[in-house]
Amino acid sequence: MSLSAETLAEVPAKGPSLEVRGISKRFGGVQALTEVSFSLRAGEVMALIGENGAGKSTLVKILTGVHRPDNGEIIVDGRPRSFANARDAAMAGITAIHQEAVMFEDLTVAENIMITHPPRLRSVRAIDWPRLRREAASHLAAIGADVDPAAQLGTIGIAERHLVSIASALAFDAQILIFDEPTAALSLKEIEALYVIVRKLREAGRSIIFISHKFDEIFAIADRYTVLRDGAFVASGAIAEVSREQLVGMMVGRPITHVYPKATAPIGEVALAVESFSNATEFRDVSFDVRHGEIVGFYGLVGAGRTELMEAIFGLSHKSAGTLRIEGEPVTISRPADAIRRGIAYVPEDRGRSGGILPMSIGANISLAVLGRLGGGPFLSSRGEATLARRFIDLLSIKAAGTAQRLDQLSGGNQQKVVISKWLATDPGIIILDEPTKGIDIGSKIAVHEFIGTLVSRGVAVILVSSELDEVLSLADRIVVMHRGCVAAHLDRGQANRELVVRYASGDG
Amino acid sequence: MPRREPALAILLVLLLVVIGLRAPAYVTAGNLVNVLIDSSVLCILVVGQLFALLIRGIDLSTAANLAFVGMFLALLSQAHPELPAIAYLLLAALAGLFLGAINAVFIAIVGVPAIICTLGTMVIYRGMIFLLSDGAWVSSHEMSQPFQTFPLESWLGVPNIVLVAVLVALSAWLFLRFTSTGRAFYAVGSSPLAATFAGISIRRTTLLGFILSGLCSGIAGYLWTARYAIAFTQAGQGLEFAVIAACFIGGVAVSGGRGSIAGVLVGALFISVVQTALPFVRVSPFVQTAISGTIILIAVAVNSRAERPRGRQILEVEERRPAPALMPIEEPSK
Amino acid sequence: MSGSGASPLAILRRLPAWESVLIVLLAAVVILNSQLSPYFLDVSNLFDSTLNFDEKAMIALPLALVIITGQIDVSVASIVSVCAVAMGLASNAGADGTLVVAVGLATGLVAGLINGLLVVGLGVHSIVVTIGTLSLYRGITEAIVQDGAFTKFPKPMLALGRAYLFNVVPFETLCWLVIAAIFAVVLHLTIAGRRIFAIGNNAQAARYSGIAVDRYKVALFALTGLLCGLAAAFLVCRLGSVRQSIAEGSELQVVTIVVLGGVSIAGGTGTIAGVVLSTLLIGALTYGLNLVNIPGLVVDLCLGILLIASISVPRAIRLIALWRRIGQPT
Repeated sequence: MSLSAETLAEVPAKGPSLEVRGISKRFGGVQALTEVSFSLRAGEVMALIGENGAGKSTLVKILTGVHRPDNGEIIVDGRPRSFANARDAAMAGITAIHQEAVMFEDLTVAENIMITHPPRLRSVRAIDWPRLRREAASHLAAIGADVDPAAQLGTIGIAERHLVSIASALAFDAQILIFDEPTAALSLKEIEALYVIVRKLREAGRSIIFISHKFDEIFAIADRYTVLRDGAFVASGAIAEVSREQLVGMMVGRPITHVYPKATAPIGEVALAVESFSNATEFRDVSFDVRHGEIVGFYGLVGAGRTELMEAIFGLSHKSAGTLRIEGEPVTISRPADAIRRGIAYVPEDRGRSGGILPMSIGANISLAVLGRLGGGPFLSSRGEATLARRFIDLLSIKAAGTAQRLDQLSGGNQQKVVISKWLATDPGIIILDEPTKGIDIGSKIAVHEFIGTLVSRGVAVILVSSELDEVLSLADRIVVMHRGCVAAHLDRGQANRELVVRYASGDG
Repeated sequence: MPRREPALAILLVLLLVVIGLRAPAYVTAGNLVNVLIDSSVLCILVVGQLFALLIRGIDLSTAANLAFVGMFLALLSQAHPELPAIAYLLLAALAGLFLGAINAVFIAIVGVPAIICTLGTMVIYRGMIFLLSDGAWVSSHEMSQPFQTFPLESWLGVPNIVLVAVLVALSAWLFLRFTSTGRAFYAVGSSPLAATFAGISIRRTTLLGFILSGLCSGIAGYLWTARYAIAFTQAGQGLEFAVIAACFIGGVAVSGGRGSIAGVLVGALFISVVQTALPFVRVSPFVQTAISGTIILIAVAVNSRAERPRGRQILEVEERRPAPALMPIEEPSK
Repeated sequence: MSGSGASPLAILRRLPAWESVLIVLLAAVVILNSQLSPYFLDVSNLFDSTLNFDEKAMIALPLALVIITGQIDVSVASIVSVCAVAMGLASNAGADGTLVVAVGLATGLVAGLINGLLVVGLGVHSIVVTIGTLSLYRGITEAIVQDGAFTKFPKPMLALGRAYLFNVVPFETLCWLVIAAIFAVVLHLTIAGRRIFAIGNNAQAARYSGIAVDRYKVALFALTGLLCGLAAAFLVCRLGSVRQSIAEGSELQVVTIVVLGGVSIAGGTGTIAGVVLSTLLIGALTYGLNLVNIPGLVVDLCLGILLIASISVPRAIRLIALWRRIGQPT
């Protein structure tokens, strides 16, 4: 039975479709979940809220059969179930739709949707391809998705991939759908379309767990909420009966007054001036400048070209046109080493891959970009390295057992500090931060923001690329809004407000 | 991505035209049939290699497998001249399967990277030939009649060797296209993580892949040894590179998840035509290996252009997808 | 874990597990072989035996660096052959000893450079590229040498190849030891070495940190080619002739030396000490087997088993420990 426009019908409310009782899970020395319990009804959207590290993703993995709980029960439609693998969970009707949806790039959309249970010919067990394509098309139509089933998955855009992900879940007749941060990469229009789908699913009696960091979404779409903190259940309730501040308070365990402390600093001369930067495919004719002590925020949707622009400035990729001036002097940057020498530091978005080298020591990581400056000529200087590392361990209060400790033995927050140290060690006059607080918990977020404040008070010019509107609006002195590779607007702090920025970012400015 | 098989087929025809202009004797019906016969073994080998390449592996032991099975069966025919050809075919399949299973176990269960494992079994199997035959050659007059006449005997006008190749290719195509186990090869190669989420067992698929590769090598081993009526330790040396060249020409992606039976067959025909045409266009046979190598590099270059994601100019494809055949093929850790 | 670019002091302080195992194995092989044959422990025989693997040992050193950066080069034997051919051509053209050697080195450098440029330029993995160049370079060799051989080489050059220091230590072996020492210093004590480990561990992070990843990759392939040229020079000096099949099959042995030496095929870890130890181990093993008249193909078979075992045994131990902990196969 699949969801189609014709079969949508009101389902009378019965007992909870999903009940989770006393789920605990331990990984080595870390207790990821402790006695978590909650329940979910049919036709209900529940927001699962918590900081990073609160246990949300572990819970999702247990519900979808990727991990097995140490104890506790999962009861689906009144029957206790246990899942040996993801397929079992899918058979029980539970599917998750992930942020970075993991799908088969080389296969067609249709095959991606139907792969777990392709229709077969009656006589032999061969796959019935014509029927497969038809059924895939009908699943896509049911959610109003305008995607070509014959297209190769790798060629379609992010929003379309999401839709394919949802269609796959429905094709498998999922009764309980878990949306894990689904709107990170979507435009406003696409987010609205997603809400429509979620509401349709709710009306058809499915149960939905909606994980999001964005309170806007939570309040727009959810009926109830469940808050997790440090692996334990904190509270559940109706969305209508709670406020943002209360939710944040529950998440963090203490009342939060101010998430985005804005430090004021004297703004000096122009540190970096970018003129008419263009690239063959990703951005065109971008011009802006940043002064010492100033924070210039770059806001835009996925595909706006901000990261590509920063990579070109840093010398990681080629530009086809444009000039760069540092302290008024025109410079040519063809490789990252040039940029570093000129005092530009780039803290990349994907910290895991691009930031630190996990098997190496803290000292090796921090000194990685400045190996030539530690003395000793072509040879490594273990003393110079240790001194440098100790300086930053003290400066940023990095919790570590010593400069020789391996990076992967530190917590996520401390790893981030080590990566930042690496860049500070280059003594930059200009620092580009690409989504510095993406996916980290509120406590560390505040620390990062305070740290940005320290940077500007020292006269560093900061470029802040962020997809979090509140962050950009509160921190930036000026905002550059990008849309599909072009600068849509330059806004001063005073001029900017949410509606204006979002309009420009969506191309409606 | 547009399917490249039609373009390749056209290229093949063009190649035949060009050769025909230089050496009209090549494109006669009689000779082309010979070319088809000569390419049958390569066709069977590329089908086997496709299974390994699809799941991000590689099988460098195919030629050694072929040579060992050939020697084993040749000695058997010497000792038991009464055995019918069909027995050899079955035994070839079994022996090849067994040798492939050795690879499969080390790669899929122990987790040895495919290139290391097959590099090792490549010399191990060759060494085993030596141990089996004491370095001796088995030639035509020592092989039994049924053993050596089978490949060229015709059934309904088609030589058996071609029939076997067609059968192998057809079975493989049906398997990869119409069964879930077959589709799993594409899934695992495209995204091992997504495959696990979809309930596909990477381990089982990998085991099957290398077993099937060995199976094909074994069958090819019998046919090669019987057709050329010779078995010796260095038999088929260098074939592994022709096989890989053929696969790349045929559009198989190095990173796994992409490739088709039709494509690798066209690739095999391409290489066969080039190799068999050399004496006709008066080029020295010693140049064959160099040509294989050049073809591999050109095919790889062309493939890489096609695989490059648009826009990202510096960060290479390899840094985004795990290195094929170098990394152990593993289930994502729980 | 040592050898991942950690402080050099840490390496010296405690002898790492893998290298310790190699030392034990080496001792075992030596003892075993000395029981099997009375000729084994003869000093001049031992040193002569090193000639068996000197060339491969020289190639194993830069190959280890290539593998540490996450690449691989299976074309090394073919590069040696093409260098040998170039030297044969130069010798036939009347060049003197120094020039012939220079031609060999230059050919190797160019061949390695081509590998590097293809890998970086095409953005294709080195497995694929070097499988292609393996057949291309071998093919060039076959096309030039065909059925014949180069047999005329300048006498001074040949004499150097057969020279001995103190009448016992072959000049080749000495060269190898010196080169190994240089590599050890570079890999473990210099900035370049730290960067090589960084590239192997996380090429993207290295790139973002200002390390010229592409240049390093190309340079390492070129270096490998250069040392293949040097190995070819020594090989030609030793053999005195060049045939089509020269150095055939030695890529396996070189890769075995590197992998057995504890260099992870996935990149990011490895030590020169390990490579040196595994060279000695394989050399001793090969020598011992040769002494009891085991044919070359079977020796290769043993090396194949050794190669697979060197990766399987640690993994199998880990798997068994995992099974015991979980109580059932995963």
